[in-house]
Amino acid sequence: MNLSWRHALSVWRRNATMYRRTWRWNILPNFFEPVLYLVSLGVGLGAYITTMGGTSYIEFLAPGLVCVAAMNGASFEVTYNVYVRMNIEKAYDAMLTTPIQPVDVVAGELLWAMTRSCMYGLCFALVVAAAGLAPLPQALWVLAVIPLTGLLFSAIGLAFTLRIGTMELYSFYFTLFLTPLFLFSSVFFPLEERLSASWLWVAECLPLLHPVRLARAAFSGQPSTTLVWDVAYILGLSGALVAYATRLMQRKLTQ
Amino acid sequence: MIVHLSGVTKRFGERVAVDDLTLNVPAGVCFGLLGPNGAGKTTTLRMIYGVTLPTSGEVRVFGMDAARHVRAVRRRLGVTLQQNVLIETISPRANLTVFGRYHLMDGADLARRVEQLLDFLELRSHADVPVNKLSGGYQRRLAVALSLMNRPELLILDEPTTGLDPAVRLALWSRVRELRRGGTTVLLTTHYMDEAQRLCDVVAIMSAGDVIAQGAPEALIERYLARETVELDATPEEEHALLRGLEESPPRYRAGNRTMLYTDEAGPLLERIRKRPEFDDRAMVARPTNLEDVFLALTGTRLEDDP
Repeated sequence: MNLSWRHALSVWRRNATMYRRTWRWNILPNFFEPVLYLVSLGVGLGAYITTMGGTSYIEFLAPGLVCVAAMNGASFEVTYNVYVRMNIEKAYDAMLTTPIQPVDVVAGELLWAMTRSCMYGLCFALVVAAAGLAPLPQALWVLAVIPLTGLLFSAIGLAFTLRIGTMELYSFYFTLFLTPLFLFSSVFFPLEERLSASWLWVAECLPLLHPVRLARAAFSGQPSTTLVWDVAYILGLSGALVAYATRLMQRKLTQ
Repeated sequence: MIVHLSGVTKRFGERVAVDDLTLNVPAGVCFGLLGPNGAGKTTTLRMIYGVTLPTSGEVRVFGMDAARHVRAVRRRLGVTLQQNVLIETISPRANLTVFGRYHLMDGADLARRVEQLLDFLELRSHADVPVNKLSGGYQRRLAVALSLMNRPELLILDEPTTGLDPAVRLALWSRVRELRRGGTTVLLTTHYMDEAQRLCDVVAIMSAGDVIAQGAPEALIERYLARETVELDATPEEEHALLRGLEESPPRYRAGNRTMLYTDEAGPLLERIRKRPEFDDRAMVARPTNLEDVFLALTGTRLEDDP
């Protein structure tokens, strides 16, 4: 079935209409969160760490935390919010009485989740830049990493949402999936350096590791061929999951 | 034909929801789909607007295959779902605007249509009140307004007035009549026989996934029962005694101890019963037979033909 971008955009606009009513209150915490992290971990914990990967600890933290913000922004949207729209508000059933097709719903929701993800990520990046932790201009590359992170975690979360039958399972998604990713994806310490060579592949499996590596390369201005693999991983996994989510959405909305 | 179903079957696993159904809805009529719960009404509607695919058979809407030309078909129809799907935290005006965009309407055209529908369904006084502060009647009218955004040629209403108070029902019916006069084809399902009788040019009675009777409400009454009904309380034995000696025993329906007798002329039958020695001045009612009687006769537990 062919995607209609204009119909997908109308789905996006529905969510934007709802968000516009509350954005002032929604967006504020996005600024507080990075300040808290950077002060506690960067300034507080960082005082006990002389260098990390050749930089100060706070400089090491900053790019990874930008990715975490983008990951969280996307994840909240495609988990609880999509679940409510689909199963409680039945918004998609109403959409399917118009020319909108399930594939448009998937595209619209992904676009919206990526939008939210970019808002989170950008707010974080702004604070980081204001704190003088983003060396310009090379750190601007992170502007490309944020939407990639958003795409990846929108796709993962949406597939999960379409797969589960009850909202209770989200506690597993958050505590057993997103939290470990947050803790182990080289945000706080270089995971690869703590793993023996035979276990390095485990690190490569972690979805968050790839955006973090891209963001860190952007901040340090040191590109490498590994980054091609990181981008390929993000696009490949996202593409596969979007295709899977589209099939699930099709099956769920039309019988 | 606006809607044409031929030999349509829909199975959900083992369950057969629609069974070899053939149905034609001509342009410009108000067509009622009646039937008990589980008769297959909603599944039939869903196949018409293309969200349920038939297991076999053909569904054509506006002459197009509904399963293959989903977008083209849905551009030209509107659906009011059984349960209102509204965005609760925003106003009717904002709901209409969001829904209009699903049809790719925008700008002045969209704004104009929103204002038209606020007037048409008498929502203007509450146009900017959040939906969750509105009464059920306003919410239902808004749901109908949404399905009219794209000026549909075919309006599908799935139980439009279930749970509404009489005044709101009357108001909605008058809107439906007005639309029909304007050339819109209306296809509705309902449990309310009075609704079907007062609104529909043609009704089809569904049972177990197929249409068991179809025609104009009056024609169905004449074909399956008779114009008038005599209603009284009587046990089967009393009824037997009261009707003994009639040359032709009328068709009847029993619900508990209530008996309904169908006849072309109630007068002579009333007279006849009053003259029986068993008659004890019990209350009897003579009234016109309605679609409810036909519905009960065709889908109810039993219709007894001989005493």
